[in-house]
Amino acid sequence: MEPGTLSTFLKRGAIWGFIVVELLFFSIAGEFLSLSDKAFMDMDNMLLLFKQSAPIGIIAIGMTIIMINGNIDLSVGATFALSAVVLLDSMTWPVFAGLGDGVIPIAWGLALLTGIVLGALNGLIVWKTGVDAFIVTLGSMLGYRGLVFMYNGEQPTSHLNWTLVDFAEAHFLGLHTATWFLIAVTAVVWFVMNRTIHGRNAYAIGDNRTAAINAGIRVGPHMMINFMIIGFLASLSAVVFYSESGSVNPNDGELYELWVITAVVLGGTKLTGGAGSVLSTLGGVIAIQLLRKGLGHIGADTETVNLVIGLILIAVLFLDRQLNLKGKQELRI
Amino acid sequence: MTSATPALRLEGIVKTFPGVRALDGVSFSVLPGEVHALMGENGAGKSTLMKVLGGIYQPDEGKIIVSEQPVVMTSPLQAKSKGIVFIHQELSLAEELTVAENIYLGELPRKSFGRVDWPKLHEQTNRILETLKVGFDARTRVGDLSIANQQMVEIARALTVEAKAVIFDEPTASLTDAEKVVLFDVIDNLKAEGVGIIYISHRMEEIFRMTDRISVLRDGQYRGTLNTAETSEDEITQLMIGRKLDLSRNAVHHELGDVALEVRGLSCGKLFRDISFEVRKGEVVGFYGLVGAGRTEIAETLFGLREPSSGTILLNGEETVFHSPADAIAKGISLVPEDRKAQGLVLGMNCRDNMTLPQVDDLKAGPFVAEGAEIAIFDQYRDRLDIRTPGWKQLAGNLSGGNQQKIVIGKWLSMHPSVLIVDEPTRGIDVGSKSEIHNLIRDLASQGYAIIVISSEMPEVLHVSDRIVAMYSGEIIRTFTSEEVTEDNLIQAISGIRPEKAA
Amino acid sequence: MSDISSKAASHPGSSKDKSMKPFSLTGVGGFLAKQGILVAFAVFIIGFTIANQRFLDPDNIMGVVRSSAILGVMALGVTFVVISGNLDLSVGSMMSFATIVVLDLHDKLGPALAIPSMYAMVLCLGAFIGFLVGYLKLNSLIVTLGMLSAIHGLTLTYSGGKNMDIADKEGTWFSVFGQSTLLGIPVPILLFALVASVLGIVLAKTPFGRKVYAVGGNGTAATFSGIRRARVVFTCYLLSAFCVGTAGLIQASRSLGSQNTVGQGLELEVLAAVILGGASLLGGSGTIFKTVIGVLILGFIQNGLLLVGLQFYVQYVVTWIIIILAVWLDIAAKRGKLWSPFA
Repeated sequence: MEPGTLSTFLKRGAIWGFIVVELLFFSIAGEFLSLSDKAFMDMDNMLLLFKQSAPIGIIAIGMTIIMINGNIDLSVGATFALSAVVLLDSMTWPVFAGLGDGVIPIAWGLALLTGIVLGALNGLIVWKTGVDAFIVTLGSMLGYRGLVFMYNGEQPTSHLNWTLVDFAEAHFLGLHTATWFLIAVTAVVWFVMNRTIHGRNAYAIGDNRTAAINAGIRVGPHMMINFMIIGFLASLSAVVFYSESGSVNPNDGELYELWVITAVVLGGTKLTGGAGSVLSTLGGVIAIQLLRKGLGHIGADTETVNLVIGLILIAVLFLDRQLNLKGKQELRI
Repeated sequence: MTSATPALRLEGIVKTFPGVRALDGVSFSVLPGEVHALMGENGAGKSTLMKVLGGIYQPDEGKIIVSEQPVVMTSPLQAKSKGIVFIHQELSLAEELTVAENIYLGELPRKSFGRVDWPKLHEQTNRILETLKVGFDARTRVGDLSIANQQMVEIARALTVEAKAVIFDEPTASLTDAEKVVLFDVIDNLKAEGVGIIYISHRMEEIFRMTDRISVLRDGQYRGTLNTAETSEDEITQLMIGRKLDLSRNAVHHELGDVALEVRGLSCGKLFRDISFEVRKGEVVGFYGLVGAGRTEIAETLFGLREPSSGTILLNGEETVFHSPADAIAKGISLVPEDRKAQGLVLGMNCRDNMTLPQVDDLKAGPFVAEGAEIAIFDQYRDRLDIRTPGWKQLAGNLSGGNQQKIVIGKWLSMHPSVLIVDEPTRGIDVGSKSEIHNLIRDLASQGYAIIVISSEMPEVLHVSDRIVAMYSGEIIRTFTSEEVTEDNLIQAISGIRPEKAA
Repeated sequence: MSDISSKAASHPGSSKDKSMKPFSLTGVGGFLAKQGILVAFAVFIIGFTIANQRFLDPDNIMGVVRSSAILGVMALGVTFVVISGNLDLSVGSMMSFATIVVLDLHDKLGPALAIPSMYAMVLCLGAFIGFLVGYLKLNSLIVTLGMLSAIHGLTLTYSGGKNMDIADKEGTWFSVFGQSTLLGIPVPILLFALVASVLGIVLAKTPFGRKVYAVGGNGTAATFSGIRRARVVFTCYLLSAFCVGTAGLIQASRSLGSQNTVGQGLELEVLAAVILGGASLLGGSGTIFKTVIGVLILGFIQNGLLLVGLQFYVQYVVTWIIIILAVWLDIAAKRGKLWSPFA
């Protein structure tokens, strides 16, 4: 959106303000409590933070579109895992044995295709049956996870390709490969949502579905495309992550949907659809990762991270409501 | 009127649903440059006809002819492309998007790679907005506009195509008087450009002011077309309901009892200020004013839904504070709310459960709900209020508006309240049921209930009230007895004109 | 089953479609919706019986119900929350918390004190959620999502990240809840049946149950009828927490030791069972009986698939298909068309 009123600006800016507060807090608290001598706002530390944000971040960018569109996707964790399995397993297939490193683009392609197909399946069901996306993806979260297990039983799937590992661990202009992927995804999706007809229609559908239908916007295909995008991004996230780690357990990616939704909501995307911003979601992802690192930095147990994030999520919701109520005469309903 | 080719002509439109013949051979035509009113009771087939015109339903028989070309429409978009445009009663805008995006919803101008052509979009939009002389621009977020301006956006949408016929469905429902004037100007402009206009409204005053001809539907059938200049309210009403409606002034006088409710200097923030009045047993006090004058808010405060900032409420002579609806109900206040479907009923619940909902805690047999007692209450009030339903198991959502309203009234009567507040008692109810509800209110007053009626319809207020409180912008301007009130001084009062001090 | 087009219904224009049928099912669609789930249940049982005679063996049935008891008890509480128009995604991590706490306190305080203490702590969590959703009116999806994470953190902090085990596994009577039988019936089944009966009656027959339906069906109208909506929602979350505590008790008693992630992911399986039973995510419809059927269907599918020699995870795929088919056919019956109206 080109223009913006002051209030929307403040709302969108809130997550960045929160990040600044986090940085200041952990830096100052770190001075007194830190177990290490390194400053919190150390350059390497921050670069690592971006890299670690990437797997969740890439999916969260996709979830933002889905939620702007008025849907939700609970199956991203399972899609993530299945794509990872396909990625690692396909590199060992005898058909590709003679290709050497030429197998890499094929494996990537297959993994990404997996994500797109799974997303398309979700989208198609939402479109054609009219069943709410929450239920459709609640089902496919179980179903896709079942597929992961069916693929390789309860065994982990492993394959290390050193060319891939080198690629994943590479730096370019000081940033890690994963960070570049996150930046690229954010930029492309920002462009799609703000500059293209598909993006604007996705906003319209999430905002007022009836109006969109009456205006002749084809709601179904738009939703399906968005599910394909999030499927693609879930598998891209897997590709980025597992190129480096080289081993996937069938339970990997569990609860990712919850982390991702947390980041999107922290970023201010409306649950009911129609409003939200990709950049703010990026802020939400960074805020969570900062919290994770920051708590470690000041010597808190890693276990408390979940507790703090959960409470912050609720606090944000509470503050948002209070700010929206301010000045309005409210009915006691 | 000239004998030009009609902008839109309907020929023998028939639409049946299982068990119902919703439209039974409807034919009429709208000329270019004509404002054509479509009237009929709720259930007469207006909304079905509109859905046929809007491409949502396909007619079983009959033809729709636009500028002498028979057209078949299978979607709202197609209807629009044929030049038939709707201004909906319920706004269908995406609030988070800009004015421009809303006006060209579904038709954003395209550049390469599926990009939106923003400059072109804004230029086109601003050109349309200029013709409407509105005070906002293409990039404004629709959610930041007033309701009236949002309606302007809807109208601007109609201007993006070369409209042959524009259909306004209750366009003034949520507009202030000043905003209405702007709307009527727009309609005049459209008219001048030779667009045919179908104008749906229940408000006679607007019908007579705006329209050239009036077509009436009853029971899905076309009942005739009248020239507005040559007809009268009575004639239209008779055509609509098949009989004459009695909406005379309330002239019943009977003994009033003690003061049931007294309000002194009640204020609530900016919503209303320094409100004082009293209601006696057996009395109906009507609250009349424009939408936004603070009437509903007073009712909500009396019902414990709002916290007053100052003032006192005396119920049966005792000073009282209502902390919540539950509290107000316990103390004897009942409210039949403005929005029946959103506030009055749980539509997915059956009639009996809806009716006994406020007292479900008291109707107990041991720890359980005493269903027998519930059914007894339901039967009693079904008979007393003449609620037409197959049985208590019927879901409230399946009843007609009038019967739904009676369920809500029955719900409160069964609580034997000291004060009954009825907010817009007949909104969205067909003419026949309207007079039933009016009689019911009078009847209840004669049984000794203290009743407050809030209404935006002057005939209704005049008909049911013993006294009328006129409100303007959160203040009481004047209280009339039924002898002193006239339509003129009532209209002046709700427009904020105070009576001469000397008089 | 019921209408689940929740997003569509939150938009203007379609909100009128929110006429569901919590009490009386009328019309052909309603009849089908009511019977459909039972028909599906019967088909499964017949199918699996043909495939493997052992399926209808009393021991086997007992085994299925017993292994469904934990999920089932949790689903009972969630049914209340869902009918009142909210969600509870925190039940899984709360169950882990209950299990860990009761095991820990068992050795510290003895079982007689450990059990009430655990219930007290879990009810406090439930009250906190109920306060946020009921009184502060915060969105239940996000609140319980936050609580999922927060309680998980609480459990990890409490246990120090370690597994919890009872020191003397042989000499405690604590195992009765998970391992004993009474009159030949395993205690977990009896507990499940007891809680289901009590809550079923509460929901169907008491004023409170009526108010739960009213609040979920139309919260504003409920308020306008003098129902204290916040209190009703609050109580639903307390009931949910109580059920979670009971599930944790059975879990702890059965294994006498536990990982601190024992309940992870259960929240969505519980929700699946409730939806399969036909409760609408919009609130206002569903019954305890139907939830029990939903739970049993999930249990029997899992068991049936194992008996015909398939792995446990095939159940996931089958459950997926069943959930979508069940909800789809239900809304298709309501709208009178198989396919959605979306262009």
